[in-house]
Amino acid sequence: MSRKAETDENKGILTAPYVLEYSYTRSTGPVLGRFLSGLRDKKIEGIRAADGRVLVPPVETDPVTGEELDEFVQVGEVGTVTACSWLAEPRAEHPLDKPFAWALVQLDGADTGLLHAVDCGSAEKIEVGSRVEVSWRDERHGFITDIECFRLVGD
Amino acid sequence: MRDVAVVSFAQAPNLRADRERNEVEIVMPVVREALDSVGLEQSDIGFTVSGSCDYLTGVPFSFVMALDAVGAWPPIEESHVEMDGAWALYEAWVRLQHGDIDTALIYSFGKTSLTDLDKVMSCQLDPYTLMPLWPGGISLAGLQASAMLAAGTVSEADMAAVASHSREAAQGNPAIPEAEGPADVDELLSRPRVAHPLREHDIAPSTDGAAAIVLVAGDRAAEVCDKPAWISGIDHRVDTHAPGNRDLTTCPSARMAGERAGAGRGGIEVAEVYAPFSHQQLLLASELGLGDGVDINPSGGALAGHTFMVAGLARIGEAARRIHDGTASRVLGHATAGPCLQQNLVCVMEAGR
Repeated sequence: MSRKAETDENKGILTAPYVLEYSYTRSTGPVLGRFLSGLRDKKIEGIRAADGRVLVPPVETDPVTGEELDEFVQVGEVGTVTACSWLAEPRAEHPLDKPFAWALVQLDGADTGLLHAVDCGSAEKIEVGSRVEVSWRDERHGFITDIECFRLVGD
Repeated sequence: MRDVAVVSFAQAPNLRADRERNEVEIVMPVVREALDSVGLEQSDIGFTVSGSCDYLTGVPFSFVMALDAVGAWPPIEESHVEMDGAWALYEAWVRLQHGDIDTALIYSFGKTSLTDLDKVMSCQLDPYTLMPLWPGGISLAGLQASAMLAAGTVSEADMAAVASHSREAAQGNPAIPEAEGPADVDELLSRPRVAHPLREHDIAPSTDGAAAIVLVAGDRAAEVCDKPAWISGIDHRVDTHAPGNRDLTTCPSARMAGERAGAGRGGIEVAEVYAPFSHQQLLLASELGLGDGVDINPSGGALAGHTFMVAGLARIGEAARRIHDGTASRVLGHATAGPCLQQNLVCVMEAGR
């Protein structure tokens, strides 16, 4: 990180870059690790909760009862939008460098929503109930960003 | 349980950017005012606990520096939560149950103008499936609003009505000097959306600020305060972390905390709920069972000026103030944390023990 002060050309105010991050290396464990490795192979796996629901992304323990979960269930690449919000001005760190919709996508075979970006052009083109499908990155490394984004089915 | 009361409350003005003062300078007069109003000194306080967020300054243990505002010599018994000050108040309430001390000072502060709050909100999320996407708090709240609108549990006009009321109420609150001017529902609805489905009025402006509360247990409370706000119930609950694993049109943790704190027993006259987004106030009112007869957020609420880490403690303080001034006899303060009202705390206070 550069410590060199820069001068704001308009106001003469001293500014300096500041990077906010914790550079930890983490182990993802048997459940999330399997989910993330699956993404590398274009496979999306959820896990069956105690009440029978399929949770995507999977979690190690049941969100209601706390018991350990271990029954993986593969789900589809197409799903239904259960919530969406438009982002007009993406930041450098966002999945897409043009305006897009955030959405919770209930993939076919799942009972919960996966958060991701939907490249759909405008806020008017997406609504709760819209059908979307995964757009994979060509190079995948076992991260959630192996899914580049979702696109409207038929777009 | 030992009877514990909120006996004083003070807060700094919620300003979009308090450029002249650092955190210590914002906290110090607030703590002084809270102690002075009940005639106590720091040396009279048995337990001091604060709430703040190191991510705002980007410096680990930044809260330690804020201790200069209370003075930590000779050594004091002190604690900190990396949460809104409402959870610091909860810790103080538990500490007072031990019975060996009678007084506690709680303070919290947030200088959000130092950073980009929406980006910090992403850092609170699951580091594997959510944070790498950097969704931010506003977009996540937008998802919740869209789910509620699609389910028909709220309308855009309902949301605008919350914002209109908040702006109107904030005009009378000196702690929110930069509140947006009054606007009626039709005018608000005619304005553009900034994070579809959210419009600007649905999103609380981030502010800098601080708040402090003094708790006193047992008979001593009535010695320092004419009308103590006795805590008759306090509880906090949390929903599962991933927003996608929840039904965002409901808030089970708020409902459970409300039930356990006694919100459902009726008789609540004033409720201050921490809702940084308009639709969240409607969801909280429903889950906490706050009917038409309850005056909700007469202070203007967090929607008029939102100091991260402070807004929850300030809700408890604003509610307690209605008992201190004799205008109410049973009030509710609420605080939230996490994305889309994930975690909720409810504190019910009464005029009588």
